[in-house]
Amino acid sequence: MLSIKNLKASVEEKEILKGLNLEVKPGEIHAIMGPNGSGKSTLASVLTGKENYEVTAGEVLFEGKDLLELSPEDRAREGIFLAFQYPVEIPGVSNINFLKTALNEIRAYRKQPPIEAKEFLRLLKEKQKLLEFDTTLANRSLNEGFSGGEKKRNEIFQLAMLEPKLAILDETDSGLDIDALRIVSRGVNKLRSSKNAFIIITHYQRLLDYIVPDYVHVLYNGQIVKSGTKELALELEEKGYDWLKEDAQETTLKPSFQ
Amino acid sequence: MSTDIDILKDVSTEEYKYGFTTDIEMDIAPKGLNEDIVRFISQKKNEPEWLLESRLKALRHFLKLEMPRWQNFELPPIDFQAISYYAAPKKKAKYNSLDEVDPELLATFEKLGIPLSEQKMLSGVAVDAVFDSVSVATTFKTKLKELGVIFCSFSEAVQEHPELVKKYLGTVVPYTDNIFAALNAAVVSDGSFVYIPKGVRCPMELSTYFRINAQNTGQFERTLIIADEGSYVSYLEGCTAPMRDENQLHAAVVELIALDNAEIKYSTVQNWYPGDKEGKGGIYNFVTKRGICKGVNAKISWTQVETGSAITWKYPSVILRGDNSSGEFYSVALTKNKQIADTGTKMYHIGKNTRSRIISKGISAGHGQNSYRGLVQIGSGAENARNFTQCDSLLIGDECGAHTFPYIESKNNTAMVEHEATTSKIGEDQIFYLNQRGIDTEKAVALIVNGYAKEVLNQLPMEFAVEAQKLLAISLEGSVG
Repeated sequence: MLSIKNLKASVEEKEILKGLNLEVKPGEIHAIMGPNGSGKSTLASVLTGKENYEVTAGEVLFEGKDLLELSPEDRAREGIFLAFQYPVEIPGVSNINFLKTALNEIRAYRKQPPIEAKEFLRLLKEKQKLLEFDTTLANRSLNEGFSGGEKKRNEIFQLAMLEPKLAILDETDSGLDIDALRIVSRGVNKLRSSKNAFIIITHYQRLLDYIVPDYVHVLYNGQIVKSGTKELALELEEKGYDWLKEDAQETTLKPSFQ
Repeated sequence: MSTDIDILKDVSTEEYKYGFTTDIEMDIAPKGLNEDIVRFISQKKNEPEWLLESRLKALRHFLKLEMPRWQNFELPPIDFQAISYYAAPKKKAKYNSLDEVDPELLATFEKLGIPLSEQKMLSGVAVDAVFDSVSVATTFKTKLKELGVIFCSFSEAVQEHPELVKKYLGTVVPYTDNIFAALNAAVVSDGSFVYIPKGVRCPMELSTYFRINAQNTGQFERTLIIADEGSYVSYLEGCTAPMRDENQLHAAVVELIALDNAEIKYSTVQNWYPGDKEGKGGIYNFVTKRGICKGVNAKISWTQVETGSAITWKYPSVILRGDNSSGEFYSVALTKNKQIADTGTKMYHIGKNTRSRIISKGISAGHGQNSYRGLVQIGSGAENARNFTQCDSLLIGDECGAHTFPYIESKNNTAMVEHEATTSKIGEDQIFYLNQRGIDTEKAVALIVNGYAKEVLNQLPMEFAVEAQKLLAISLEGSVG
């Protein structure tokens, strides 16, 4: 589904991603962990096409298409969804109106007719129920005056409504209390299928107790320095990142000794 | 690399969609402004002597006045002698039925989305269509007549209901009010007249559609709305003009009179030609609009969506004379390219327990300059007067401007006056968020702007709220790169 090869990207001429490789197949959940400043959020931004992120080398294929050639909206329409770390507020725009607009834009891209009002309402109700999403939130302005937890839940609700192929969760667990975390995780677990995939960016192992990943990758200094299964996350929890940093430095130093 | 300024910098203009001209035989007065011209107009309209006299009085006053200097923009010189003050489609002066109206004219209004033929009419909306200096058609007249509602062109009202016109004309906006009010009183071409009898709730929206077509002419219409005791009316005006390189003057006057327990809701969707990208051409929209809540518990509400005109300069106001009366002003003013808006409202609290509410939403894009200017005046007898003002500015890009000039004068210490103001920018992060959900930048901006203006758009009658939303979106097309 997603194939990232030797991806290098910089912000304001500072290189953040330094040759990142990652393969994601349908049905898989990949967790990306790593210390602050290792490039986790940059990866999310580069994949979704945020301005200011300049790709200097490498390639990203999404279902065989060159992702980096596409505009942010077309990437979304192709089926990439980012659950934002800091969802923005858009006053006066109702959640429902926004979702309907987004859904119809995506449908138009796929040459489907706009969704009928009745069908849209049915879908809305179904997903609200599935995610135990507060119906009053759906009727309010987009994220306006939402608490941190409500915003994160709204991201997952949007995810459910738009049914992307690949969902990237950027620190969705940050700022969530344990109950909200449980609800959000339960939502994600209900939405996972053999056809879609998730990339979960997180600092903490805690989230992975609820959403069990197939793979855990450690991102350090712009590269994936270690990959493993969920046991790796436990190990990180216990030992921190320092031992990996040393490893990483050794590996990056090695070539110069040859 | 790129900031939101860059995203939003590439300002260009979507072609104005109503810029066509209608090729039709016109009766046009020679250019220039003098007593002969005023007599000519009055004669054309077969007016009574008293009206001619009041026109001449206004003209003499006008000639003594100078242009104001307090506005927040440089007023280009206007040569009042280079304008023609009367232009009317030839053929008949008055139509008895739509069959007699020049098909070219009907086609024009159809093209503008204002069908006048009975089958195609907007349901629940009666329309008075004004083409240059004359009203060409008023729909649903008979139906309204059954209720005693008078809805006709101003010229017709002068002929058919002179006592009402004489009683109220110039009582809210006297010709001495300002230079453009004086000019209007002298050369008033046509306009709409509404009278709602006691206790009648007007069952449909009344609407006037103004169209400037002829070249080198100005449009000087007069609208007079009287809501008698306990009555209600909702009125809407819309307007467009062809694209021309030279500026055209539109100096209208609107007077509203609400008697005891009456309510008037007046909505404007203003889409005069704004000029091109470089600021060439466009309408000067210098309008005096004022209402008076004459009786107790009367209510007047102004809602305006201003997207057109090279310069928009107006302050729809309410005189709150009756005790417990209330005035409202809801405004969205959008300026892009080189457009200028200096608009706001005046609320004069005279009666006891009078309330006013002002919600102003300015949107500036490109090199647009948007000023809010408002006065809240509490008289010494206005016990317990209340005002709430919220005035917000939204900036798109960093070459536009937003300015606010709120004035508050209170002579009564029981008054409560609140003022809130915000300025915000459409953020790159907001646009990206919407992009990431599959919405392109242009639609994203439209969505954000409509959300921002929602409180005002909600005040418009249903059919027009949708139109206004589209208009805001269209007006911003091309404003983002």
